[in-house]
Amino acid sequence: MRIFECDVLCIGAGLAGERVAVEAAQAGFRVICLSVVPPKRSHSSAAMGGMQAALGNSIMGEGDCPEIHFNDTVKGSDWGCDQEVARLFAETGPIAMREMAWMGVPWSRVVPGEHTYYKGGKPFQATEKTENEGLIHSRAFGGTAKWRTCYTSDGTGHAVLFTLDNRLLQLGVEVHDRTQAEVLVHDGQRCMGCVARDLRTGELVGYFAKATLIATGGYGRIYRATTNAIICDGGGQIAALETGVVPLGNMEAVQFHPTGTVPTDILVTEGCRGDGGTLLDVNEYRFMPDYEPEKAELASRDVVARRMTEHMRKGLGVKSPYGDHLWLDIRHLGEKHITTNLREVYDISTHFLGVNPIHQLIPVRPTHHYSMGGVRINKDGHAYGLEGLFSAGEAACWDMHGFNRLGGNSLAETIVSGRIVGKKLVEFLKGYETIFSTAEMNAAATKVKDRIAALLRGTGDDCYTLRNEMQDVMMEHVGIFRNGKDLEAGVSKLQDLLERCGNMRLASGDIPGPNAELSMALRVPGMLKLALCTAYGALMRTESRGAHAREDYPERNDKDWLNRTLAYWKEGDSLPTLKYEPATPFYILPPGDRGYGGGKIIPGDIMEDQIVPYDQKG
Amino acid sequence: MGRNLTFEIFRYNPLDPRSFPHMQTFQLEEHPSMTLFIALNLIREKHDASLQFDFCCRAGICGSCGMVINGRPGLACHTQTSDLPDHITLHPLPVFKLLGDLSVDTGTWFRHVGKKIESWIHTNKEFDPNAQEERMSNSLATEIFELDRCIECGCCVAACGTARMREDFIGATAINRMARFYIDPRDNRTPADYYELIGDDNGVFGCMGLLACDSVCPKQLPLQDQLGIMRRMVSMESVRGILPESLRKKLQGCGCGCAKS
Repeated sequence: MRIFECDVLCIGAGLAGERVAVEAAQAGFRVICLSVVPPKRSHSSAAMGGMQAALGNSIMGEGDCPEIHFNDTVKGSDWGCDQEVARLFAETGPIAMREMAWMGVPWSRVVPGEHTYYKGGKPFQATEKTENEGLIHSRAFGGTAKWRTCYTSDGTGHAVLFTLDNRLLQLGVEVHDRTQAEVLVHDGQRCMGCVARDLRTGELVGYFAKATLIATGGYGRIYRATTNAIICDGGGQIAALETGVVPLGNMEAVQFHPTGTVPTDILVTEGCRGDGGTLLDVNEYRFMPDYEPEKAELASRDVVARRMTEHMRKGLGVKSPYGDHLWLDIRHLGEKHITTNLREVYDISTHFLGVNPIHQLIPVRPTHHYSMGGVRINKDGHAYGLEGLFSAGEAACWDMHGFNRLGGNSLAETIVSGRIVGKKLVEFLKGYETIFSTAEMNAAATKVKDRIAALLRGTGDDCYTLRNEMQDVMMEHVGIFRNGKDLEAGVSKLQDLLERCGNMRLASGDIPGPNAELSMALRVPGMLKLALCTAYGALMRTESRGAHAREDYPERNDKDWLNRTLAYWKEGDSLPTLKYEPATPFYILPPGDRGYGGGKIIPGDIMEDQIVPYDQKG
Repeated sequence: MGRNLTFEIFRYNPLDPRSFPHMQTFQLEEHPSMTLFIALNLIREKHDASLQFDFCCRAGICGSCGMVINGRPGLACHTQTSDLPDHITLHPLPVFKLLGDLSVDTGTWFRHVGKKIESWIHTNKEFDPNAQEERMSNSLATEIFELDRCIECGCCVAACGTARMREDFIGATAINRMARFYIDPRDNRTPADYYELIGDDNGVFGCMGLLACDSVCPKQLPLQDQLGIMRRMVSMESVRGILPESLRKKLQGCGCGCAKS
């Protein structure tokens, strides 16, 4: 087995992984990035909308500051987030955006003078200030008090990812693309790297590293209808969970995006609604103001997605061969706006749906979109349970999103947390020496070899059958609205599928070189474990908070559930072991009403000494 | 009932000594809104699990799925079967190293070229976390983004006559990338630097002007224009000190924002 050695191993080379890699490489450390695809193809590239940061340059963002951004984030999270982390995030946002401008991102800029903007489908005039000409502009996203989302037309993720990847080229960071990390190498105390498969040759490759970063993005592919790229299979979370000592945080916190398109599940950006797009029902009636008079289409994502589902359940959805959906209307924004600021939306509609959004309505429905949960890390990015293991971005549960993240906050998180975690990782590495155990490396490699051998012996279902069944169970039992009965049945079905994995069959057999079926087959048992963490966590959490909506427990219960779920997986078990920790070390913004979404709150007992002012650090 | 589609797909696994290059045929019933992404996955899941191809975003954004579709390079994910005849022939992109069947190694090629043309902002300025960002006009930011939209799918390279003959040709994608840095005031490279990087047969002078790149680009990037702009800039640089400066300046005036001459 080929073995590489480095200071920092970044598993995943999307925005978060690359931002950490840049930080470590700038500090002179040897970094290797692993990626299942060439880094510029990472799912980060698909994020169109933008990054929230309180720069306050635009007229509609005037007076913005990190504290207002912090408040929006905490409310958005339905008080599930770590407030210390949310503050750190909000404070660092503006610096991280400016740094990306320095690196080369062509952010859209303020153009002084009068402009026509849209709010709730209605045009209004606003005058951008002359003194702010050429500074980074911002657009509206849901759940925010100010227009705060920095963007580059409709290709923010693409532009920032290309800039970062170019920076990696410049710094000479080694990138091993088409490489799939399978298991972490560790001794129960320290992480020393991973064993991966080279997807060009099928060979196993070992990596020894002083610090290992998991930045593999979300695990949306456990759902059938998801906006996530096909590579978002939770590889990093699986590797962490299977150590038995690293917990995954809040796996039940799963966000559905209001505007996945039908039938391809491709996302059209929240920028559509931010810019004034409206949601219509079967009668082409705009229904959101009836549910959310103040924010309408721009309430937070969990609220809009639930209201849409609620409306469709009343029989007011549009029937189609692919199931019910609603309409997104952006026609009134005009051809120029649609073909420039919302060009990707235009492209997606015309290429994938055969719909021209300048004249026609876009079929949309809530679709799985984002994983708030992930590898539980502390505020410095260090994973619970293993020294030398870090995580950042969507793969991690840092946890600034709590039970619902705001649009534009996750893309911002990638580079903000990448910057913060990168610096802390560098601090960790300075003066850190460790021992690389060949015994642990061999044990990890043997684990992967044994799994492959078992697949070649298997006589049961193929991986696609098991994966498809899992995805259907997740859609049906662990979707937007949840209840005890369905969740219980879902958990039991998932356990059954996990058991059937023991006899999984490789239809393609033992072929040399790349084998996509084998890559999937190696993932499916781990994906089922993630699905079980999600479903079981949702079953046990008997309240409704943010994106986690229980029909049988509609209240947000701050008395019993103002906490974070930690899911551990003991080898051989068929269910995770759940533990809980307080949601936040202290409160800057004590739990209250979000101002949208409605719902009852069972108040908790917050002690006076748990509340600190925003400006009090530490 | 949809049409009955026939897929004729190139098969070869270079790492399998028993494998040889050949075409294999599969039949599928067409569904509404079917794309090649949906069709190829159906073939893999129902007919032949060993079929190799690449998809990632399946939304025309990541550039993973370039292949030759009925003789023309394009992105498989945004190709609807309804736009094609009922006999669909699929080949891997030429020029790039074949990994298996329809899967080629674009990653290594683009990294190599990216390094060669030094595809990054060259600046002596340090980042100052306490300073306001440097200002830029929105129209310039938009212009830069327009060229930054390349998704490195490799279709332009696969369609390029020069790339087929000249192994080290950097292709329209890299010339477009240079054009992006050329108009970016944050990059302090001069025409002389560009001349060093792309002023040869493997760069702007290798292009034979067939311009298939421009025709096949799935993002409709203005590759033809950028080739012209960069070639003129580098040509004018090559005659610095030979042509009288006033004439050279005049010839250089191409209205492309040659701010750095």
